[in-house]
Amino acid sequence: MTVSGKGVGASLRRKEDRRFLQGRGRYVGDIRPAGVLEVAFLRSPVAHARLRGVQKPAQGLVFTAADLLEIGPIRANSALPGFRASDQPALARDKLRHVGEPIAACLAESRAAAEDLAAACLPDYEELPAVSDMLAALAPDAPLIHEHWSENAFLETKREDEVADLDAIAAAKVRRRLRTARQSMAPIEGRGVIAEWDPRLEQLIVTSSTQMPHVTKSGIAECLGLDEGQVRVISPDVGGGFGYKGILLAEELVCAALAIRLGRPVRWLEDRLEQLTANANCREHFYDVTAWADAEGRLLACEVEAVVDAGAYSAYPFSACLEAAQIGSIFPGPYTLPRFRFRTVSACTNKPPILPYRGVARTGVCFAMETTLDALARQLGIDAAAIRAINLVPPEAMPYRNLVGKVFDSGDYPEALRRAVAAIDVAALRARQAAGETVGLGLAVFCEQGAHGTSVYHGWGIPFVPGFEQAQARFTPDGVLELRVGLHSHGQGLETTLAQVAHEVLGVDPARVRLVHGDTALTPYSTGTWGSRAMVMAGGAVAEACRQLGERALTIGAALLQAPREACVLRDGAIVQGEAKVTLDEVARTWYRRPQNLPREVDKGGLEVTAGYRPDPDTGTHSYAAHAVVARVDRETGAVVLEQYVIVEDGGTLVNPMIVDGQVLGGTAQGIGTALYEEMPFDAQGQPLAGTLADYLLPGASEVPDITIEHMVTPSPWTRFGQKGIGESGAIGPPAAIVNAINDALARFGAEVTDLPATPARVLAALAKVGAA
Amino acid sequence: MKPAPFDYTRPRDWSAALAALAAGARPTAGGQSLGPMLNLRLAMPETIADLRHLPGFGVIDQQRDCVRIGAGTTHARIEDGAVPGQVGAILARIARNIAYRAVRNRGTLGGSLSHADPAADWVTVLPAFPGHAIALGPEGERRIPLGCFVTGVFAVALQETELLQAVELPMLPEGTRFGHWKFCRKPGEFSKASACVLALPGSAPRAVLAALDQRPLVIDDAAALLAAPEAEAARIVEGLRLADPWREALARVALRNAAQEAA
Repeated sequence: MTVSGKGVGASLRRKEDRRFLQGRGRYVGDIRPAGVLEVAFLRSPVAHARLRGVQKPAQGLVFTAADLLEIGPIRANSALPGFRASDQPALARDKLRHVGEPIAACLAESRAAAEDLAAACLPDYEELPAVSDMLAALAPDAPLIHEHWSENAFLETKREDEVADLDAIAAAKVRRRLRTARQSMAPIEGRGVIAEWDPRLEQLIVTSSTQMPHVTKSGIAECLGLDEGQVRVISPDVGGGFGYKGILLAEELVCAALAIRLGRPVRWLEDRLEQLTANANCREHFYDVTAWADAEGRLLACEVEAVVDAGAYSAYPFSACLEAAQIGSIFPGPYTLPRFRFRTVSACTNKPPILPYRGVARTGVCFAMETTLDALARQLGIDAAAIRAINLVPPEAMPYRNLVGKVFDSGDYPEALRRAVAAIDVAALRARQAAGETVGLGLAVFCEQGAHGTSVYHGWGIPFVPGFEQAQARFTPDGVLELRVGLHSHGQGLETTLAQVAHEVLGVDPARVRLVHGDTALTPYSTGTWGSRAMVMAGGAVAEACRQLGERALTIGAALLQAPREACVLRDGAIVQGEAKVTLDEVARTWYRRPQNLPREVDKGGLEVTAGYRPDPDTGTHSYAAHAVVARVDRETGAVVLEQYVIVEDGGTLVNPMIVDGQVLGGTAQGIGTALYEEMPFDAQGQPLAGTLADYLLPGASEVPDITIEHMVTPSPWTRFGQKGIGESGAIGPPAAIVNAINDALARFGAEVTDLPATPARVLAALAKVGAA
Repeated sequence: MKPAPFDYTRPRDWSAALAALAAGARPTAGGQSLGPMLNLRLAMPETIADLRHLPGFGVIDQQRDCVRIGAGTTHARIEDGAVPGQVGAILARIARNIAYRAVRNRGTLGGSLSHADPAADWVTVLPAFPGHAIALGPEGERRIPLGCFVTGVFAVALQETELLQAVELPMLPEGTRFGHWKFCRKPGEFSKASACVLALPGSAPRAVLAALDQRPLVIDDAAALLAAPEAEAARIVEGLRLADPWREALARVALRNAAQEAA
């Protein structure tokens, strides 16, 4: 760290918090252009039907698909062999494929009046049998959701290692069928869009609550047939993303087309009902796992049949298959698995499209792998920590390439496990168990690939492939440093951490660094904030841009010092030669306002640099963590209390440890939601059953225990400062660790929970199944 | 989630309120149940009559041997001790665990009781008291015993022309015992099983079992329950023939725990 204590590694207070804490953040809902029309969508009341038409009210602005033929379908295809493409119409055309699918846009001076219009529309449809369960969707006689397909599956992937011989060799074999619930991501702010047409610039301006403004711009241009210069996307303050705001929305396209058509600004603000039931679906996995181990618990092989409920359409840009296909590549987790056989299916159902939620497939995969390991350990009569220790990739093997080709950059996985277990008084816990208490210890170890780039994504063949991340650094005439990045900060604290990076390189005080982001007109292209990539990618790009800017400043400063360039250095925000120095402020002032003081031969590029960055190799960093949980189960009610929660985490070099802690805590709270609370059930007709936050339970302050975080620091050898992507980590481990703790508590009854969330009803059902309720 | 258009009226006195009711207006007090129903368009009344400004609506009046609590008294005031005596202490304890403070600041005792959501706290607790709901109709006041007030899921003994004006509870004698237990997965969630037991010296203890998606079960003589909480709770719950084994388990625990506390 720099001597100032404000550079890389400093727990600097967040610069952005002043406006947030004072309630002065500016979100889409705070912006209301003059003359705006509010949009309410008429949405499908049924999961599956043939749409014959819509009877519009006699008065009012109502637009259906037939009125907006300029909007092309959302197409998020994958180049993986066998992928079945699904065109998602912005407004339903001939079929309705999930409850909540937009059918018509209704516009009025107020949202309430727009909803009155929507209520006055009469959709004419013929209901079809709904496919509401992913396993039933794959049955040969299931009704087809896309009728030109041969089955309700977007994609199937497989790997066929031999496992037939293992029953004869293995000391232990377990098989488990596991399920994770369908969830709805629930950022405090939902989605929201304002679209305006600027006739002077002949440009569409879309203000949207998105984490990837440039990708949204490309998507809007593609679907509306505009050139990209005709579209500007602004992403103002965004109240949480988590993946939900990393997709192109049908609603964005409709608003954009209407703004062009009507010449008036239009605005749509998603409400909680739309968010919960129509849009933010995620997470629903099914696993059938078989695992074999030798007598010491060493894994011999895993065979996995995995199905992911991808919903009715392929969401842009990540596609319908990313999650299921990823299972094949990340199931081995942090372990040295010698053989792996799998089949994954991205099932198509009459539900809203599945979207990537913080952790993406890792949360389900970690749950499946870690509960399976515990089942093996119980069968072998060995300790849960021991079976992990013997299978974890050892530090001396780093960098380690596993059997599916994932390369782990660095770390000491067994040490993380050891430290997490050491933080728990295991002897006391075992004594309580012996005394009859229903308490248990649960462990989960996992690694998180982050900031993976071109070499990983080109193989998926989805609408975008991340390349070099670019950042712009420039001095204003008063010496303030402006950074411009194309990705977005919505809780990550990038206004602070990127200023720390710039400070580390140039010495400019973070208070005099401004981050410009969230506007495609002002920033270089970027795929956005996703995949735990911002600190690695934008951090690297900002560092490189600042380095080059420093070189330019050095030339100017040397000239002002009338010293040879090679005799000068950049130190603490000044160009220095011996006792003499010129501050960067002075350099900037000279360049912009006193150019007469510069020699003729000075670098003509000025004090504005755009630089690109990509780690080499770009296969991604692997942060990792061990979670250890003590949980108490009430045998009478099935309620679970988390008594102790310990996380040992290695994110490499931490640019701002306080912000990392915040990321881990927030992620863990969401993971606790996945583990114990969150569930969007659907009935057999495909109706979502949790329409309010009274039914869809999110963990609140009282449901999240005190969490202890210990950091290990193993820098990544591949990134600019050794930092690793860690943004999603917290959300990955909790379901595995918590259910393992529950199952440890229930082990003396022979009961096991296999489905998420582990609600009191499910815990009690598990006990009842073995006659112990 | 915006309500369908409706008219709003704010009656200044009870006769105007009754007239609005007779004209088909939907009464509201704190709006903590009706508000979301309006927003979801589950309720689409033509007119809403806001009762909050009626004289005496939120007044708590201690009389010699009873306390009369205006129907418009908020949960928050009860939580903060506005009701005197042991009865006040019991009500404060219940109020403290109703949803969140933000809800309690607006939600009212009378609104909650008249709405009769089967999971609501006052629906569980008040029927245990030997008190009365005071209904006001065109014919004047009518006293309805609290044990009979809730008649079903979202159904009460009020006639269409009547408003709940107040709840009258006896001041509790020395030696009164009370037990209460409910199960929520988190604060603010609707209870999944609630029970309470009130034992006044010299009279039969009363018990209520509620939040089971059906009319609360009022047990007028719960002496057997207090004598053998475990066995009797199991017997009573079995008689309800609940479909969901988890709710059945919770109901047993609720009734037993309430009884054990009051025993």
